[in-house]
Amino acid sequence: MRWFDILRMRLRSLFRRARVERELDEELRYHLDRETDFNIAQGMSPDEARFAALRDISDIELRREECRDMRRVNWIENAIADMRFAARQLRKEYEFTTTAMLMLALGLSASIAIFAFVDAALVKPLPYQDPDRLIGVFEKLEPQCRFCNLSWPDYLDWKRMNTTLESLDVYQGRGFALSTESGPQRAPAARVSDGFFRTLGVRPALGRDFYPGEDRAGAARTTILSYAAWQARYGGSSAILGKTVTLDRDPYVVVGVLPRDFQFAPVGQADFWVPLQASSECDLRRSCHGLYGVGRLKPGVSVDAARANFVSIARQLELQYPASNRDQGANALPLAEVIVGRIRPILLVLMAGSGLLLLIACVDVVGLVLVRAESRKREMAVRSALGASSGRLLAQLVAEALVLVAGGVAAGLAGAHLTMRSLSSMLSEEVLARMPFLAGAGWTPRVLLFAAAASLLCGSLFAFAPGLRLRSPHIRGSLAEGSRGSVGTVWRSLGSKLAVAELAMAVVLLVAAALLSQSLVNLLRVNLGLRPDRLVTVNVAAPNAKYATDPKAIALGAAVLEQASQLPGVVSVGLSANGAPLTHNGNTTWIRILGRPWDGGHIDVPEREVTPAWFSTIGAKLARGRFFTESDDSTKGGVAIVNQAFVRKHFNNGEAVGQNIGRVSIKTDPVEIVGVVEDIRQGSLDDEIPPIVYRPFKQSADTFFNLVARTSQDPGALIPELTAAIRRIDPEILTLDPATMQDRLERSNAAYMHRTTAWLVGGFAAVALVLALVGLYGVIAYSVSQRTREIGVRMALGARTGMVYRMILGEAAWLTAAGIAVGLGLAAAVSGLLRSLLFGVSPWDPATLASIAAVLAAAALCAAFAPARRAASVNPVDALRCE
Amino acid sequence: MSRPTDLVQGTLDLLILKIVALEPAHGWAIAHRIRQMSGEVLQVGQGALYPALHKLEQNGWICSEWAVSDNNRKAKYYTLTRAGKKALEHESAEWERLAGAISAIVRAV
Repeated sequence: MRWFDILRMRLRSLFRRARVERELDEELRYHLDRETDFNIAQGMSPDEARFAALRDISDIELRREECRDMRRVNWIENAIADMRFAARQLRKEYEFTTTAMLMLALGLSASIAIFAFVDAALVKPLPYQDPDRLIGVFEKLEPQCRFCNLSWPDYLDWKRMNTTLESLDVYQGRGFALSTESGPQRAPAARVSDGFFRTLGVRPALGRDFYPGEDRAGAARTTILSYAAWQARYGGSSAILGKTVTLDRDPYVVVGVLPRDFQFAPVGQADFWVPLQASSECDLRRSCHGLYGVGRLKPGVSVDAARANFVSIARQLELQYPASNRDQGANALPLAEVIVGRIRPILLVLMAGSGLLLLIACVDVVGLVLVRAESRKREMAVRSALGASSGRLLAQLVAEALVLVAGGVAAGLAGAHLTMRSLSSMLSEEVLARMPFLAGAGWTPRVLLFAAAASLLCGSLFAFAPGLRLRSPHIRGSLAEGSRGSVGTVWRSLGSKLAVAELAMAVVLLVAAALLSQSLVNLLRVNLGLRPDRLVTVNVAAPNAKYATDPKAIALGAAVLEQASQLPGVVSVGLSANGAPLTHNGNTTWIRILGRPWDGGHIDVPEREVTPAWFSTIGAKLARGRFFTESDDSTKGGVAIVNQAFVRKHFNNGEAVGQNIGRVSIKTDPVEIVGVVEDIRQGSLDDEIPPIVYRPFKQSADTFFNLVARTSQDPGALIPELTAAIRRIDPEILTLDPATMQDRLERSNAAYMHRTTAWLVGGFAAVALVLALVGLYGVIAYSVSQRTREIGVRMALGARTGMVYRMILGEAAWLTAAGIAVGLGLAAAVSGLLRSLLFGVSPWDPATLASIAAVLAAAALCAAFAPARRAASVNPVDALRCE
Repeated sequence: MSRPTDLVQGTLDLLILKIVALEPAHGWAIAHRIRQMSGEVLQVGQGALYPALHKLEQNGWICSEWAVSDNNRKAKYYTLTRAGKKALEHESAEWERLAGAISAIVRAV
């Protein structure tokens, strides 16, 4: 007989049970009859013969059972019966069942959904060939800029001199004005060196990659489209290859289309990829830094080795070109770190938070299961007395746990799916452009594996927690003892430990949430140095070819101001080149302070060019001296305004007004500092404000600037008119990213990240608090129900209601105090992990810790109050009689 | 009639396989034949016989079919399978080995 025959037998035993049973009966009856006949033949009387046969076959039921056992189907049948029974039991106690399943589903869905994002961002390898060998390469300027951009001449030297990389390439995000039938349009783009895609190991889906040498000045202008741009702008037609597109008035031949799944987070969304044909003044100047490097390590070379290699190259260049490369170090780190480095701590904190939540939910459900097991002590004892082995009792508990977990997991998976969907839909386009990998969050095999592992863990926890109790030797004793056995006290101590653990975990989450929301509040309350209400800003990009000379740019600026200030509702208008308020702009200039001994060094400082009304428009405050006036133009001597950070750093808080700064050369025109402005926030809200130099727009104009207008009514309503007014001057001018300042603040990356983290962790903490309180309530309520008799006796002996309250609330207070103490200890131990996410608050902020402790204590006493009142209202006569 | 000897653990399987190897038989006949062939020394209780039969069947060493018996009633007949034949050879050899070993000790002077 082969194995499949055996299988057939087993299946027959299982599924054709009635028939098998009938055959068994018949077989045994045949035996009985034959034995009777045989006995008669041996000379017994018929009655005697039958009796002897029956005696011989004794206990026919047991034989049957043994035969069934031999067929080894019992356990399957038992399991099915157990499952059915469990489902029936759970349906009957639907309150318990829904509570437990809901808790489980909550914990599971949160942690699975968060894990999906962790998986997409941190676990899934970058979508490039051998991503582990890709590194980001930067210049390094201690202390302010550790991951700084490279200049083209430096890049060429680094590429030539390094011995650790297979290839080194550079990229730079930028925007183009794309000529279309309906006028110029803004097109996000990136400039890259020719081997960029080869270094990443990405091949165009259509057409070709850039040829080596295609990034040199004078080569034919070509471009590779992103898949999305190809679809959206050119309808996905392959006829686009070889066609010409006009970017910034220059013709570019389309030579390729990138694969659909290509993404490169550091430049965000880029529709057009063009070879970096270095030709502008900045491109060719060694001190003009605008590029980021990406390199592929040679096999077996570590990132540290590559970094050391570049540091030594940078030192060589420093000696060779002291004028431009002084203090310019080098830095390298894995490309994955460049891309996900910022979001990693956030995701890890969220993962830890959701994990804790799952743990609390599990502990809570274990508590519930235990209480229930306790109340079924009698049932179990009866079954045990009727001959159920402890194995069978355990199997029953396991079956219930499995049914419970199955329900919880099903709901949890559905919840996780919804959570993932809603979290994904909350990711704005801006965020997705910055972190395209987050779009990959979904049901990957790893996420499924995680879900399975988490479910299994919960399942085994629930199955074996009550089982452990079952092994206690008291099980039979409890039949006699009824409901006040020693097992009750065993459970009470275990249950209170669980409650303490839950409270402690809730404290950790609450502390994290409180610190994060405190950070968010601090961030949004940060002193901006400007009044953001009723401000609207828009970027203005004029074609270089038309407005490149200073007089033309100045005239354009004047025209824009003129147009904008005539709009109804506009109170005042200002322009700033090199960055709007609250945006980061890396453009810096090198200056020195005149009248001081000069050793050839430089001060690297951001410079912004602003019109006279800019300061008053945004609401900046003058600290000393004066603002610019209309007469500060190119006919006068150079003037500048510096911020207080500049004065602190370079004048040691002394008098700056009247001092002169100048370019980094022996002969330089002096620029007089005429005023000091209070620090205006630039860049990210959580970055420190660097020293900044402001120059009059009329002395240093640009064709790309930001307009800011203060309005007398809703600034958002002004946007359409404002952009229309600007484009009326010249339809070739692009107006970009119009937004109110308030929007800009709230949408800013820092605010977004802090808000998302604070909300999510806050949500986890709120749920955790509720779960922990439910757990505590359960323990106290159970304890009261166990002690009804004791309380009755006490009251009969003269105890007052107040004493009963004190006793019950005292028990709750002990548990809560223990939970808070353990929780605060844990929080102090782990909140260091939060440090990188906090802003303006220490991880051990005593006020936060104290207020969390107070909130939890109050909430816990509220949770314990109901059972305490029940205890106090016990009627001693009833309590004594009820047993 | 003296009290039948208890079977050495595990030997019942061997006896059943052997009996069934001679010719297909039903449960009662197997029990009866064991008693007869052992000269009334070995007596198999039905309590042990039927579970053993079912176990052997599940193991695939014997298979069963219903057939009309010598007294004109339907009875369940057990037949040795090929796997059962192998098992029988193996079990017999084991038994010989065990019995030899025991008697070697018992007969030692």
